[in-house]
Amino acid sequence: MSEIIETHLSILLKAVFVENLALAFFLGMCTFLAISKNVKTAIGLGIAVIVIEAITVPANQFIYAWFLKKGALTWAEGFLPVSPGYFATVDLTFLGFISYIGVIAAMVQILEMFLDKFFPALYNTLGIFLPLITVNCAILGASLFMQERNYSFAESCTYGLGCGIGWALAIAALAGIREKMKYSDVPPPLRGLGITFITVGLMALAFMSFSGIQL
Amino acid sequence: MAERTTKSVIVDPLVDNNPIALQILGICSALAVTTKMETSIVMAVAVIAVTAFSNLAVSAIRSYIPSSIRIIVQMTVIASLVIVVDQFLKAYFFDISKQLSVFVGLIITNCIVMGRAEGFAMKNGPWLSFWDGIGNGLGYGLVLLFVAFFRELFGSGTLMGYVILPLDRNGGWYNPNNLMLLPPSAFFLIGFLIWLIRAYKPEQIEES
Repeated sequence: MSEIIETHLSILLKAVFVENLALAFFLGMCTFLAISKNVKTAIGLGIAVIVIEAITVPANQFIYAWFLKKGALTWAEGFLPVSPGYFATVDLTFLGFISYIGVIAAMVQILEMFLDKFFPALYNTLGIFLPLITVNCAILGASLFMQERNYSFAESCTYGLGCGIGWALAIAALAGIREKMKYSDVPPPLRGLGITFITVGLMALAFMSFSGIQL
Repeated sequence: MAERTTKSVIVDPLVDNNPIALQILGICSALAVTTKMETSIVMAVAVIAVTAFSNLAVSAIRSYIPSSIRIIVQMTVIASLVIVVDQFLKAYFFDISKQLSVFVGLIITNCIVMGRAEGFAMKNGPWLSFWDGIGNGLGYGLVLLFVAFFRELFGSGTLMGYVILPLDRNGGWYNPNNLMLLPPSAFFLIGFLIWLIRAYKPEQIEES
């Protein structure tokens, strides 16, 4: 039992700190740079990303393990008029991209309707960010990493949650820094985007001090 | 906008209206591949191909797409093209495709592709859209190559795999700067590139 907890804790902490999607893999950069001008909206977006990551990564893991992986379709042989072993060599991994992005787009849509109906207050805060999340590379990236590293269903739940938390943490921190930066005298050609890039670089350096931590 | 020529559509995104430096598009999937020139060239070519053909396809069917589902339609077109590119790379450039790992797949959510399909191809004819895709892909590739040039030269002392600065651990004189191989250096380099472009073209400076 303690071993299971250990693996999950290690995946979670690794996803949040060591392999932070935003600062170590540059994922979700467009939204990361565009919507980090103030802390409040950044936190709203961060929460939306956590929710979507925690849902889509396990959902995509399910699709990968039961439909796409080589030989994954063998369970369907019982329902179809085919001889046993017919699906054993079928490998649909190449359909991964299109199914993952479909799942993500659908999940975002469903979540949007669900929040609108049951949690109007939360919907009003997150509302504008939800459609943006479909094209956020951090979401698709987490699913692709899940496939590459062959996580089990339970592990992918933890991994999705960790990725979301890590991304939210990074955007909230960057927004905090950018709010303070209004008071500093930045050289004009560097204002806006330029100085933000350099700030993110420094943040990534700071986050690198977590690397090499073994759990 | 209506009178844009093929030439202006290709040349504009290179410096004047660069997708990365000015529009903050497509930084997402790209920076992790710039530790080497070779991978960045492959990545740039892949993005050029996907942007150009998705623009062509979206523009060709633009009057038949209901506007409420246009994002999904564009997404499907782009995802199919990316699958083709991914399969192609796996078949002919397996080593590079292994190095690029998930980043080929992430071309789908590269905002340049989506942004051009939504912002340009939905309003212009197929021919012009195709060249717009090529132009924006080139603008993106240019930034990628700029970053990769410095990262590979100072990080490993090579360019395209050829030794330029012999490393001290191999008996040469150059002591490599390992920071260049790590993620933060890409941010600094792009920050400086933006500084350079905006110092040269002051009209791009943001009010803040």
